[in-house]
Amino acid sequence: MAIVVERKSLSLLERTYLPQIASGLWITLKNFFKPKVTLQYPDQRPVLPDGYRGAPTLVKDSFGREKCVSCQLCEFVCPSKAIKVTPGEIDPSGEYAFIEKAPRDFEIDMLRCIYCGLCEDACPEKAIVLQKEFSINADSRAKFVRHKEELYALGGVLPDKIMKWKKVRDTAELEGGR
Amino acid sequence: METQQVKINVNGADYLVKAGQSVLEACRSVGVEIPFFCYHPNLKVAGSCRMCLVTIGLPARDRATGEMLKKSDGSPEIAFMPKPAIACGTNVAENMHIITDSDAVKSCRESVLEFLLLNHPLDCPICDKAGECKLQEYANRYGAGESRYIESKNVKPKKVEVAGKIILDSERCIECSRCIRFCNEFIGKSVFGFTKRGSKTEIAVYGDDNDSNYLLNVVDGCPVGALTEKAFRFKMRTWFLKTAKSICAESSAGVNTRVWSRGDRIYRITPRRNDAVNDVFMSDSGRYMHERFRPENRLKIPRIDSSPCDLSYAVDRAVEISKLGGLAIVANGWQTLEEQFMIAALARECSAKVHMASHVAEDDGKLVSADRTPNMRGAFVTGLISEYPEPALDALAREIRAGGVKTVLCFREDLKALGLDSKDFKSANVIYCGALENRTSESAKICIPLRSEFEKDGLWINRQFRVQKFERAVNPPADSVDEIELLSALMRKIANESFKTPTVREVRELMASRIAVLKDCADVGDSGVLIDSSEFAGVKFPEEAALHFEPSK
Repeated sequence: MAIVVERKSLSLLERTYLPQIASGLWITLKNFFKPKVTLQYPDQRPVLPDGYRGAPTLVKDSFGREKCVSCQLCEFVCPSKAIKVTPGEIDPSGEYAFIEKAPRDFEIDMLRCIYCGLCEDACPEKAIVLQKEFSINADSRAKFVRHKEELYALGGVLPDKIMKWKKVRDTAELEGGR
Repeated sequence: METQQVKINVNGADYLVKAGQSVLEACRSVGVEIPFFCYHPNLKVAGSCRMCLVTIGLPARDRATGEMLKKSDGSPEIAFMPKPAIACGTNVAENMHIITDSDAVKSCRESVLEFLLLNHPLDCPICDKAGECKLQEYANRYGAGESRYIESKNVKPKKVEVAGKIILDSERCIECSRCIRFCNEFIGKSVFGFTKRGSKTEIAVYGDDNDSNYLLNVVDGCPVGALTEKAFRFKMRTWFLKTAKSICAESSAGVNTRVWSRGDRIYRITPRRNDAVNDVFMSDSGRYMHERFRPENRLKIPRIDSSPCDLSYAVDRAVEISKLGGLAIVANGWQTLEEQFMIAALARECSAKVHMASHVAEDDGKLVSADRTPNMRGAFVTGLISEYPEPALDALAREIRAGGVKTVLCFREDLKALGLDSKDFKSANVIYCGALENRTSESAKICIPLRSEFEKDGLWINRQFRVQKFERAVNPPADSVDEIELLSALMRKIANESFKTPTVREVRELMASRIAVLKDCADVGDSGVLIDSSEFAGVKFPEEAALHFEPSK
C-alpha cells in the first residue's frame, strides 16, 4: 500500500517568496566578507596530507639498491589488475647478486590503477609506495603504462630500517663467503 | 586374495583399515591428516624429519601371565608409549590406538617446525617453491608463528647448479633425504648425499656425471625450495598458474601430467599421480614437450599454393580436391581416439586407404617407451590399421607412383621425411593438416592449421591399453581449426549428409556404442580405463618391459 503524504498548503507570506529571497541574499552577503576557500587549480596546488594515496611508484634504499624482488604479491593482490611484473635474475657479477631476484620489467597501467594502496600493504620489501602524485596525463594508452625505469625515477629513495639483506651478507662474509 | 584388515582407533574413533600399511597411510585413508616432510609413498621410509610424530598405544598384557588386561567395563586396557613415535615408520596393528590431536602431539609438531625453521632463510618472496611449499604450509598450520632465534643463521652453498637443469640452495634444505633416496632407488645412481653434521648438514652433489632423464623428479619431490628447476627459475609464481590434467605425448607410456599455464603460455609440466601408470614420476624430456609448439614453429594461417587464404575457403578447397577420388589418408599416433574414429569413418565413406608411420626409438625401460607416439594403439582399436606400421610410408609412395592415389590428406606427419619426394608432391595433391610447419607444409597444395594436444580434449591409449583422457590447457590460436570440426566438414561434403559438428563428448559416446572394447570409455576417470587387448595379442609392439608394464608374449 502506498502511503499518501499530506502536503501542507503554503501561507500567504510563503507564496510571495520574499522571505526566501531575503534569506538567500543574506547568505550571499555573509560569504562576501568571509575568507576565500576556492583553490585556483591548476595555478594553485593543494597541500596533500601524509598518507595520501596517489600514484604507486618503486623506491630504492639509501644504498641505491632496488628493493623490489619481484615476488609478484602486488600483482596478485591488485584488484584492478593494473600491475604486471616480469621477474628476472640479478646479474650474477653485480654487487647484489646474492639477493638473486629482481624485476626485469615492472608495469603499472595508470588507467587501471584505482589508488587503493593494497600493493603497498602486500609488499614484503616496502618497495612499492603510493606517492602524492594525483594528476596523471598522457596522450596515448601506451604512455599510461609506466615501466620500471619511470617508476624508479618517480619513486626516489626510501631508507630501509631493517636491512635484512645486509645482515645476510655480513653473516656470509663472516663465515667465509658463499 | 582378500586383503587383510585390522581395527585401529584414531583419536577415539574405530576404523577398519588395510593391514601392513604405515600408520601415516592408514590415518590418511580414514581422513586424518598427519603432516610429513621426508615420507614419500614411492620411496623407502627414512624417518628423518620427525614431523609425523604421533602417540601410539597397544592393548596391555599382564607381564607375568601374558593375559590381556581389561578395564572395568570390559574394554582392553591400552598402554600408550611414553614417547611419541613416527607414523611413517610404524605399521598398523590390531587394536592400535593412535592419537594425532593431543597437546603433546601438537607441541611435537611445533618444536620440529621450530628446529627446521631455525636456519631456514625465509626467503619465500624469491623462492620458486612458495605457494606449493610444505614447510610454508605446515609452518602456517602447525607452527608457533614466530621465531625465538636471534643468532645469525647458518651459511651454506646457494645457487649450485646440478647437471645443468637444477639449482640447489642448501640453506633452504631441511635434510629430508628424499632426493638422495629417489636417485638411489629410481634412477639407480647416487647423485646427492649428505655431508657435515648436525645443523651444518648439507646436501652435496657427487661428481659431474650425474645427469639422467629422470633427475627433475627430485624437484617435484623436494618438499621445500632447496631443489628448483632451472628452466622454471624466476619465471612465474605458482599461484598465478592454472593447471590442466594432461597426458604426456612423449611416448606410449602415457605418463599422467599436469600442465601449468597462465594466459595461454605454458610455464611447466609436472607429473600427476597415477599408481597404475607412472606413480608420481615423469621423464625430464617430457617436461618440455610444449616447447615444440612455440609460436615460431607453428603453422599459423591456412595456405593454398603457398599463399595465405581464409580458413573456410581452404577447407572448401580441401573438400573439392578430396572428392575427386583416389584419396589416401595419412593418420598418426598423436591424434586423439575420437579423431582416429572419425578418420576411420571418413576412410570408409570414400574408400580411402589409411597409412601410418611408426616412430620408434630407444626404450629406456622406465617411462619413455620405444613407441614415441602416445596413441598408436588407438589406431588399432579404431580399426585404422591392423599391423604395426613401418617407419616409412613406402606403400603410399608406391601407390602414388602407380597413379592410384591422386590426393593425400596428411595429418601432422612430414611426408618428405617418410619417403616421399618432390615428384610425388607434383603427381598427387597433398593436403597438409597440422599444428606445426615442416617440410611437407612448405610444399603442400593446401595447408590447414590444426590444434596441438595442449589445445584440445581427447583420449589416448597407452602401452598398457589404458584409455586415458587429457584436457585442454591453453586456448588455441585464432586461425586454427579443431580436427573433429575439419573431419566433420569433410564428411558432410563427401557423404552429402547434413549433421551438426559433434562435440568431443558426443564422439566419445558414439565410439563407446560402436566399438565393443571401448564400451566403458564414454566417461573415463582420472586414472583411465584398462580395456581388453586380447584382440591385438598378435601385433608386434616394440615396447619393452618397464615400470607397470609387461609386454604381451
